[in-house]
Amino acid sequence: MATDTQWPLWEVFLQPPKGEAHEHAGSVHATSAEQALQNARDVYARRGEAVSIWVVPSTSITASTPDDMGPFFDPGNDKPYRHPQFYKVPRGVRGV
Amino acid sequence: MSNSPDRDVVRDYALRLGDDRLVLGHRLSEWCGHGPILEEDIALANMALDLIGQANALLGVAAGPDATADSLAYMREAVDFKNALMVELPKGDFGFTIVRQFLFSAYSLLQMERLTSSSHAPLAGIAAKAVKEAKYHVRHAGEWVLTLAGGTDESHARTQQALDELWRYTGELFAADELDRAATAAGVGVDPSTLQSPWHAIVDPLLERAGLEIPAVKAMQTGGRVGRHTEHLGHMLAEMQIVARSYPGASW
Repeated sequence: MATDTQWPLWEVFLQPPKGEAHEHAGSVHATSAEQALQNARDVYARRGEAVSIWVVPSTSITASTPDDMGPFFDPGNDKPYRHPQFYKVPRGVRGV
Repeated sequence: MSNSPDRDVVRDYALRLGDDRLVLGHRLSEWCGHGPILEEDIALANMALDLIGQANALLGVAAGPDATADSLAYMREAVDFKNALMVELPKGDFGFTIVRQFLFSAYSLLQMERLTSSSHAPLAGIAAKAVKEAKYHVRHAGEWVLTLAGGTDESHARTQQALDELWRYTGELFAADELDRAATAAGVGVDPSTLQSPWHAIVDPLLERAGLEIPAVKAMQTGGRVGRHTEHLGHMLAEMQIVARSYPGASW
């Protein structure tokens, strides 16, 4: 199928009922933001999976590419001093 | 179970409400696998399930010693159905389905909002749930009316044509009869004629925004409330009821 017969793609983010951060759920096709919101509701959120929905035009997302693998993600592992593992968490601090 | 007039009024009134939703729900379900795009296919099926769920609850209220919700849905003849004619018309093209859904959902929303204060507790409870669903149906269908009417020349023409065909069936929704008056007097139901002006307040501005013209209709079509239906209902019921009638009492 030729891609130009498809409606624009929107990425869908759902906030689960617990009040956590929005998480990527998938994508839908739609011709407008309102329609994208409704389609996201119908496809991903009609069984009580969410309390809030974001839809974002897929074209608005700037993503890293496989070429970025090295420079973006490699350095972390061989630079242990970047990880805060040498610090003791004081007693009484929670949620870390 | 007593045979008091009140019980008859509740039964007949719930049957009328249930039939509207059962028939429209089935018409919507005919889109399953045939929607214009996957997302809308799912949306139409969702709305069909909402309506059939409402019908199941309402026919449950109408059920009695000699009838269950299932037997009311699957064992009655067309003449015993009391739905308005609008909901039994064939699904037509997507524009027709959407325009009908918008016109009916706006009516249903107003009706269910009022029924939340029905003196009949089960009806009030069903209405409270249905209000949320109807609100979404109005929003979804309304958005589509705007999209289709504001789309290409062809989509605009088809949407206008759907409105031209459907408008003559809107009068029946608001025509109060003996049963409506009895149900209203008993505090059970809503006089549908009082829904007409709030309905116009929802429907007319959106149609205007969509650039659609409300057709001038001389005579409204009626008859569904007394069992005088179009030829289409019989065909629809034949398909809807065949499994239940071929295998009575089967469970799955």
